[in-house]
Amino acid sequence: MQRIGVFVCHCGTNIAATVDVKAVAEALGHEPGVVISQDYQYMCSESGQYLIKDAVKEHSLTGIVVCSCSPRMHENTFRKAAAAAGLNPYLVEIANIREQCSWIHKEIATATEKAIILGRAAVAKVHLNAPLTAGESPVVKRALVIGGGIAGIQTALDIAEAGFEVDIVEKEPTIGGKMAQIDKTFPTLDCAACILTPKMVECAQNDKITIHSFSEIADVKGFVGNFTVTIKKKARFVDETKCTGCGLCTEKCPMKKVPNEFNMGLDNRTAVYIPFAQAVPKVAAIDPDYCLMLKNGKCGVCSKVCSVGAIDYKQTDKFVEEKYGAIVVATGFNPIKIDKYEEFAYNQSPDVVTSLELERLMNAAGPNGGTLLRPSDKKHPHTIVFVQCVGSRCDDENGKPYCSKICCMYTAKHAMLIREKYPDTEVYVFYIDVRTPGKNFDEFYRRAVEQYGVHYIKGMVGKVTPKSDGKLDVQAADLLANEQLHIDADMVVLAAAIEPDKSARPLATMLTTQMDTNDFFTEAHPKLRPVESATAGIFLSGACQGPKDIPETVAQASAAAAKAIGLLCKNSITCNPCVASSDELMCNGCSSCEKVCPYGAITYIDKEFRMPDKTTRIRRVASVNPAVCQGCGACTVACPSGAMDLSGFSNSQIMAEVDAICK
Amino acid sequence: MQEAMIKRAKELLADGTVDRVMGWKKGEFSYDHTPAVFTSAQELDENFVCDDFTSANLSKYLVKETVRDGKILAFLKPCDTYSFNQLVKEYRIDREKVYVIGIPGGPKLDIEKIRAKGITGILNIRNENYTLKIETIYGVSEMPFYEAIGVKCESCKSKKHVVYDELIGEDGEVLDSNRFDMVEKLENMTSQERYDFWRSELSKCIRCNACRTVCPACTCEKCVFENPDSGIENKAAADSFEENMFHIIRAFHVAGRCTDCGECSRVCPENIPLHLLNRKFIKDINSLYGTYQAGENTTDKAPLNEYKMDDCEASIVHERGAE
Repeated sequence: MQRIGVFVCHCGTNIAATVDVKAVAEALGHEPGVVISQDYQYMCSESGQYLIKDAVKEHSLTGIVVCSCSPRMHENTFRKAAAAAGLNPYLVEIANIREQCSWIHKEIATATEKAIILGRAAVAKVHLNAPLTAGESPVVKRALVIGGGIAGIQTALDIAEAGFEVDIVEKEPTIGGKMAQIDKTFPTLDCAACILTPKMVECAQNDKITIHSFSEIADVKGFVGNFTVTIKKKARFVDETKCTGCGLCTEKCPMKKVPNEFNMGLDNRTAVYIPFAQAVPKVAAIDPDYCLMLKNGKCGVCSKVCSVGAIDYKQTDKFVEEKYGAIVVATGFNPIKIDKYEEFAYNQSPDVVTSLELERLMNAAGPNGGTLLRPSDKKHPHTIVFVQCVGSRCDDENGKPYCSKICCMYTAKHAMLIREKYPDTEVYVFYIDVRTPGKNFDEFYRRAVEQYGVHYIKGMVGKVTPKSDGKLDVQAADLLANEQLHIDADMVVLAAAIEPDKSARPLATMLTTQMDTNDFFTEAHPKLRPVESATAGIFLSGACQGPKDIPETVAQASAAAAKAIGLLCKNSITCNPCVASSDELMCNGCSSCEKVCPYGAITYIDKEFRMPDKTTRIRRVASVNPAVCQGCGACTVACPSGAMDLSGFSNSQIMAEVDAICK
Repeated sequence: MQEAMIKRAKELLADGTVDRVMGWKKGEFSYDHTPAVFTSAQELDENFVCDDFTSANLSKYLVKETVRDGKILAFLKPCDTYSFNQLVKEYRIDREKVYVIGIPGGPKLDIEKIRAKGITGILNIRNENYTLKIETIYGVSEMPFYEAIGVKCESCKSKKHVVYDELIGEDGEVLDSNRFDMVEKLENMTSQERYDFWRSELSKCIRCNACRTVCPACTCEKCVFENPDSGIENKAAADSFEENMFHIIRAFHVAGRCTDCGECSRVCPENIPLHLLNRKFIKDINSLYGTYQAGENTTDKAPLNEYKMDDCEASIVHERGAE
């Protein structure tokens, strides 16, 4: 006979204000098998836990139901309390009467009724709970960082510093990411390259760090502590081990009209190229879309001039398989395409540029050698208009609903730098709000306004019209003065919204991690677990999780590294005992479960069975590797015969819950 | 046709290619043929039949037959070959142990359609230029052939054999069928109308389990409806809702694996259009994950067993769901 204890938590007023907790405790006390049912203000508190521990001993409980918050919050707390009192921790069930009840209902009567039903379902389930014992699985002491921008670089350096091997997989030919393209950084105005490139070099020089540049993730298998990742090393047609980065091939390449992506297409590069002077690894790559040799088989100049014979036109994509204990996602962001905002004439005039394009126009390694010139006629611009929130905080489908967070600050930076270097240039900034939360951020913005005389105008630009004299007519509203403005501008700079890199979504599928509707990775808890994904062993670094500036990105990158190091320090991790198993007598051998298993935990074996008529028969049956199974339950749903079952969430337990709810 | 089949079966038995033959044997009347296994030329001569009433799908019987030693010859109509492939794919039939001869398909006749015309006391039925001459104890009746064809043949999806070792007769093409018309009609009903429709149909069920027994997708070692541990075993019809649920649960069990062979509706003694439940699933799978025909081959991944980048999002299902 089961002896079940029910404990109903008030959670202060979180639950008790909407749910009559005394009525819930009273009602559940009459459920079959329940020997004690009580309520308490904070079950998760020390004294709340003692209440449970004492009740286990006093009433010889065989099962516990805690009606409280989501099991993601305190299931572990109560399991530990049960274990401390000598009860198997898997005989504890949580009825979530907070997130799924009190927080979403207003009426006390209905919320109380629902809380009782949820509690009843948990009691019905705990009747069928079996004690489970967790096993252990070893941890591979190597980390993978996906993305080699400042986030990935910082995470990799920190993990390497702690003494663990770490691989960076970067899809571009060099690490560095967006920060390498930026000219100066706010709020200190130091040169981005000056602070980034030492870190890039450190990555290259660190024995513990392996950089897989021009590579992508092709496949991820396994689970926390034991991931198996297939890395696709894209053909760069240059032998990385031989190339010295001398750059002779790039000088001699006859194909010189390839848009240079590092400079946002504002100038050209050659078909064989090194993205920029400080690239790491400093190894050339051949662009197969433009290389005459690869396209037509005629040329071969780079091969002839290369003194070390590094050019290899026959190189193909290679796949390497590596094992990792932890994975950090640092896939970063991109500015959105702003072609759809026709009102800003971005496609009509070369003098309408995005902020990242302006970074390149102002950069010493940029197309104009650091002198700010209009792209159309290479003349010095005298009036520049900045437009904020292009695609950010936007209701329509062209833009993004969120604030891109970095635009206010980098626009203040741009305005200040231009006024500093070219005092004869008038700078206008059109904004909805100026958002400057951050250390020294508001001071920075106020310097732009007060010290540098940048004209900040609250209001949006309605239309930009290129005129015949080469100027741009900017039509805008000044909301504070309540008047329409026309500004004759030489250049217009658009602060385009930022979005997660397109590689993030397929990657999330491979990693079985969650994303929000904007394709930003979702953290395990928005406040308390900001750098962990909900999938164990997968951590989040930088703008892949949400818009971030550099200081915040670096802070989060180090935090993610700390979490990864915490995992890699362990020799083994406790496995989840809630794993699937197959009832071989019922298994049809159809392979449905094997096909849906995201972890590759299921294999099929031919096994000899003694049949009821005393003959023997070889049957094909499913076999689950409990070390690999993560207990997701996909197989139990796919199994047509019901042979597959999940410990802790058995089919009969779930049916019992449903029956209890529908009673 | 029947003669050619018997001749070929005898040859294959004689040269040792196969030990047994899966076909249909004559029943007491000219319209109640049943699937049967033949082991000798004599049996074939005496009892083997293939005519307008041999509509039973033989694929499922091969699950048990291929557990046995030796090789068996199976005569499969185009629709049966889809079931065969699906069972091979699910490792239920050992392909090596079957010699498949593809034979032309229907349309096959349904005796109930003839009886529905008020024709009783049937002794014999002949097809003369697509007019049925029906000999009864009361004399000879007539009716057009096409008015007597079975439900499953009314919306034939394919005349093509998707698997065979040899063919008797010509192979056909996949047809552009109208099989989803009725599903669409049901979809366009209000939820109350649809509920009423299914309640009136499903409440006729006598739980004879014929649909499950005949279904080639229902080959579980132990059916959940017969497993006391499953919680949904053959319960007494304590309330009508549970009876109705049987068919819905069964439709979910075969979703993505049902080849739309139509056997469920053919064997139902209460003429419940059970195939419509399965067709609704097939239609939804087609529209959500791209056209998919279960059993078309043994290699394609089934949409419900696979995750793809371009799979529709749950939110889309939600939008399309309720009316």
